[in-house]
Amino acid sequence: MGAFGQEDGRIVLRPKSTPATRREWEELRLYTVKSYVFAQSLEEAWELLNRDVRNNVILGGCCWLKLGRKRIRTAIDLSRLELDQICLRNGFVEIGAYVPLHRLETDPLLTQRFSGILGRSVEQIVGVPFRNLATVGGSVFSRFGFSDLSTALLALDTRVVLYKAGEMPLEAFLSAPIRRGDILVKLRIRDDGRTAAYQSLRRAATDFPVVAAAVSRRGERWTVSVGARPGFARRSPSAEKALAQGLGPAAAGAAASQELPFGSNLRAGADYRRAVASVLVRRAAQACMEGGDQA
Amino acid sequence: MRLVNQAIPKLDGLALTAGQGAYTDDLATQNGCLVVKVLRSPHPFARILSIKKDTASKVNGVECILTWEDVPQIRYTLAGQSYPEPSPYDRYILEQVVRYVGDPVAIVAGRDEVCVDKALRMLKVKYQLLDPVLDFERALDNPSVIHPESDYHNNVPIGGDPARNLLASGCDAEGDLEGELARCDLVVDRTYYTKANAQAMMETFRTYTYLDHNGRLNVVTSTQVPFHCRRIIAHALGISPAMVRVVKPRIGGGFGAKQTLVSELFPALVTLRTGKPAKIVYTRQESFQASNSRHQMRVRVRMGATRDGIVRAVEVDALSNAGAYGEHASTTVGLTGHKSIPLYAKANAFRFAYQVVYTNTMAGGAFRGYGATQGCFAVESAANELAEKLGIDPAQLRLLNIPREGEVMPAYYHEPLSSSRLPDCIRRGMELIGWAEKYPRIRVSDHLVRGVGMALTMQGSGISGVDTATATIKLNDDGFYTLMIGATDMGTGCDTILAQMAAEVLHCPLEWVTVDGVDTDHSPFDTGSYASSTTYVTGTAVVNACTDLVGQIAREGARLLGIPVERAEFDGEGVLDTAHPEARISLAQIAQDLVVGTGTRWLTATASHCSPTSPPPLMAGFAEVEVDLETGACRVVDYVGVVDCGTVINKNLARVQAEGGIAQGIGMALLEDVNYDAHGQMVNSSFMQYKIPTRADLPEIRVEFVESYEPTGPFGAKSIGEVVINTPAPAIAQAIHNACGVWVRSLPITGEKILQGLLEQQGDAL
Amino acid sequence: MKVKITLNGRLLNKHIPNDMMLLDFVRKYGALSVKRGCDTSNCGLCTVWVDGTPVLSCSYPAARADGRSVTTLEGVQEEAAEFSRYLVAQGAEQCGFCSPGFIMTVLAMRRELQNPTEEEIARYLAGNLCRCSGYTGQLRAIRAWLRDNQPGEEAAV
Repeated sequence: MGAFGQEDGRIVLRPKSTPATRREWEELRLYTVKSYVFAQSLEEAWELLNRDVRNNVILGGCCWLKLGRKRIRTAIDLSRLELDQICLRNGFVEIGAYVPLHRLETDPLLTQRFSGILGRSVEQIVGVPFRNLATVGGSVFSRFGFSDLSTALLALDTRVVLYKAGEMPLEAFLSAPIRRGDILVKLRIRDDGRTAAYQSLRRAATDFPVVAAAVSRRGERWTVSVGARPGFARRSPSAEKALAQGLGPAAAGAAASQELPFGSNLRAGADYRRAVASVLVRRAAQACMEGGDQA
Repeated sequence: MRLVNQAIPKLDGLALTAGQGAYTDDLATQNGCLVVKVLRSPHPFARILSIKKDTASKVNGVECILTWEDVPQIRYTLAGQSYPEPSPYDRYILEQVVRYVGDPVAIVAGRDEVCVDKALRMLKVKYQLLDPVLDFERALDNPSVIHPESDYHNNVPIGGDPARNLLASGCDAEGDLEGELARCDLVVDRTYYTKANAQAMMETFRTYTYLDHNGRLNVVTSTQVPFHCRRIIAHALGISPAMVRVVKPRIGGGFGAKQTLVSELFPALVTLRTGKPAKIVYTRQESFQASNSRHQMRVRVRMGATRDGIVRAVEVDALSNAGAYGEHASTTVGLTGHKSIPLYAKANAFRFAYQVVYTNTMAGGAFRGYGATQGCFAVESAANELAEKLGIDPAQLRLLNIPREGEVMPAYYHEPLSSSRLPDCIRRGMELIGWAEKYPRIRVSDHLVRGVGMALTMQGSGISGVDTATATIKLNDDGFYTLMIGATDMGTGCDTILAQMAAEVLHCPLEWVTVDGVDTDHSPFDTGSYASSTTYVTGTAVVNACTDLVGQIAREGARLLGIPVERAEFDGEGVLDTAHPEARISLAQIAQDLVVGTGTRWLTATASHCSPTSPPPLMAGFAEVEVDLETGACRVVDYVGVVDCGTVINKNLARVQAEGGIAQGIGMALLEDVNYDAHGQMVNSSFMQYKIPTRADLPEIRVEFVESYEPTGPFGAKSIGEVVINTPAPAIAQAIHNACGVWVRSLPITGEKILQGLLEQQGDAL
Repeated sequence: MKVKITLNGRLLNKHIPNDMMLLDFVRKYGALSVKRGCDTSNCGLCTVWVDGTPVLSCSYPAARADGRSVTTLEGVQEEAAEFSRYLVAQGAEQCGFCSPGFIMTVLAMRRELQNPTEEEIARYLAGNLCRCSGYTGQLRAIRAWLRDNQPGEEAAV
């Protein structure tokens, strides 16, 4: 997925380049695979991947695989490892890396939790046939700046489980550089009964968001995240503090828009994003006060 | 009427929805073709210094690599227009100079995609970069001259001067404009911008070609203009038109994009050079970035009126961006004024001036509305701004100023308005949208406001004195008919509506009339499906041919019955003697008798038609939008279109034309945003970045027809195809203004622009 | 690599390129209804079912379909024709190029949602683009088809 910008948020189909180094025009379809392997175990997948991390890849939902302009030596398919499970374990909701986005909208385990925020966050992404392909793991691992899902997950204090590398908060995972040798296995979210709300603004209905905001609340503990800035989602500690201190949604919105960096891309300028982020955070916080998205 | 004015399902509807492989690539897939791809320029303006192709040529499976040195040095235009085309001859198939990012550099053909892709990667091209002209407002007299070539050719004078990057210019004026403006109580002077929208039909450009046993070049292609295709292919390749046959199978949409040749010449040249079948299928990126689009325009309008709302003077000054080549450039801009100014019929003076310039962006072309859309946005928006300043309801302002039926329209080539129920369209639209209750705005909540807006438009029905259609109707041996047409159904359903007209005249069930795609070897000549010509121009040819055939059948029936022809009457099933109605002969019997034994005479009738006038269909569009005052986000919550297209031939198909056109217009108004980066690279060349409306972006569009009777049209019909795209942009712009006070004069209208405007109202900025 | 894919009920034992996408596979083996409309997984034209789930075949590696059952419009002709009659009655198929993918998604929606609301319809089908119709005629067809084919009605008969 190297064709997509991350922190700088520029969503382009090819890397930035100067005219002098620009290669030929039609390169979209340079996706080739030398060998295709169904991994029989995570260990096998990890071993294969780390044999050549530059040229071997773990496949996700493959939605944008062919945009990657990538010559793959070994494509490693984990679809036979039952990573598409959603379950409750030890007080956590666990979501396997191969769970397709559409399942977040339909699985009762999720629609009945966290005010249904996970399903709500993905329901505007392209269409159902797309969301039946795109996976939770692909969306999170790629650190797409425009990821609706990462924005919502961040507000739920989600933890990321990597094979061998262990467990870490999503927040830390998103800010760390991509380590190609890692395999994302599943996500864990504490089943703590919190309410949550999601807000996004899009130029067109199925498009990437111009900016997205998610807020969750458990008692007086608040979590606020803002995504598509257009860089990847970040929490806003000052907005969280404002809410915890009872300063109200408007103060939280203002705090988040002042605290976080915003940038410009095709979809909007930084100043517009900042203005809208303030409104979306406010509205999401307000919704949380009133019982969350499903209230 | 039995069939005309009914809701008849499309003849090919069930086949298409069953997934029958009826499109160009489906046919090519079954025929083992060479795969053709094009290496394209990454630079907006450059001279090719060298192309190293020796290693690429050695790739296993590659059959042929062609560069600028290998193609005919013949200038031509790709515009599908009648000869002599007004579009300049400014292209080679491949040229040493590339003029936009996407211009072809080399053609590669091989056994399969893999080897062709490999060869494309191996081609090494050295370019000398030239200074590109990317801003169309800085193109005129720019030091960079885009078309300095000595063999640049115009068939007809269009006011161009390539040395100044000026492709065309002109002026049409009547009356004392400045004097009238000076006498007006109020004048608005506004400048509007529209973008180079993509037609974005679902089937990208594609063509496959082969040589038949006689060595003739057969071209199966997704085109709206098969006969123009034949002529242009022959000319560009330097071969005789007799050696070219063009076949149009089912088409996955066109909207004007396929009124220009795009993919045809590449496989055609490969087939000529290799003798092998070849096909090219454009990627979506190529379709966006290396074909044609709507012309980007800047339109300045000056409109003056009396205090009581009578518009006395209108000036339209348009600057159009042709892009790198001149297809349809001089003609589209003409509609910008000619289809917008005539709606203000009380004007004592008008002036319409235009300039069309070359730049190093993708060439413009034809897109539904063809310049009228851009003009409609500007002039209707100006009228709305004028109405507001005068304190007059904009719908009332229209009712005061529109031309009445029978009036001559000076700004529309002095053609008379031979049919119009536009006042009824306006009144009905006001009722449907709830104008009385909703104008100008309704507050929905603390941050949501709804506003309504409206606009009028007119288009034409064919190009008067140019577009020519021919129809042939044959009586077959068992008494059924074959209708042969050269008009191209591109999903619009013209095969169906023309069959409806034929069956109506022939008094027979629709099933008795078969009609198929276009084949230049077999179909009668037609300029093609564009300029809203098919129902009106080809329809008239069909009616005339069928009327002729009815006469012939009656004559033959009379002969076989042994009665004078004056007593014979054809009722669809047979010919009867009006003096003795029990004496009759069936159509099947007549048809059989005519193809057996002595006195055989196989009945066919052919009629050609070219209309001296182009009666305008008319429409009133009404939008209701909801604006979020905190984010500027805007969505259309209701849209009403009331159309006078004369007699509606097919109620279903006309309605879907209108709904689809309005949807495209809404996309143009709010979403579709072609942009180039500083290096001349289009940044929206995918459906990921160029957003056409999805169903979640649109309201349920409401369409009604108010039928006038056009005396010169078949069964009283005018056109429907294009007029429907024009009103959304100005109606939505006004609705937004009514909701929140912000005028956005450059398309698309984004939330960012609206919020910017809202903040400016408060003396603030983003 | 070698794959065993059941295409519309027919088991195909084929050697395929590792980077082949399912769209190219199904077209190669005769399912010409399946169309490509974009390069970026945005248009929905290529929608097929894999083990009954609607997916974009342009982005589904054919290799991944090994051992699975793939259904295209050719495989559900009867069920599709029932809905298509409603679509054609509205004239909303227009150029027809998006129809196969659209119909496959509509049929999948009906199986998944039984009796969807208008909002659910718009959301479920939002990824299926159509440039001709403006979607309104498609919506009329879906409404009429759902109305005339209420779930449970068959059981009552």
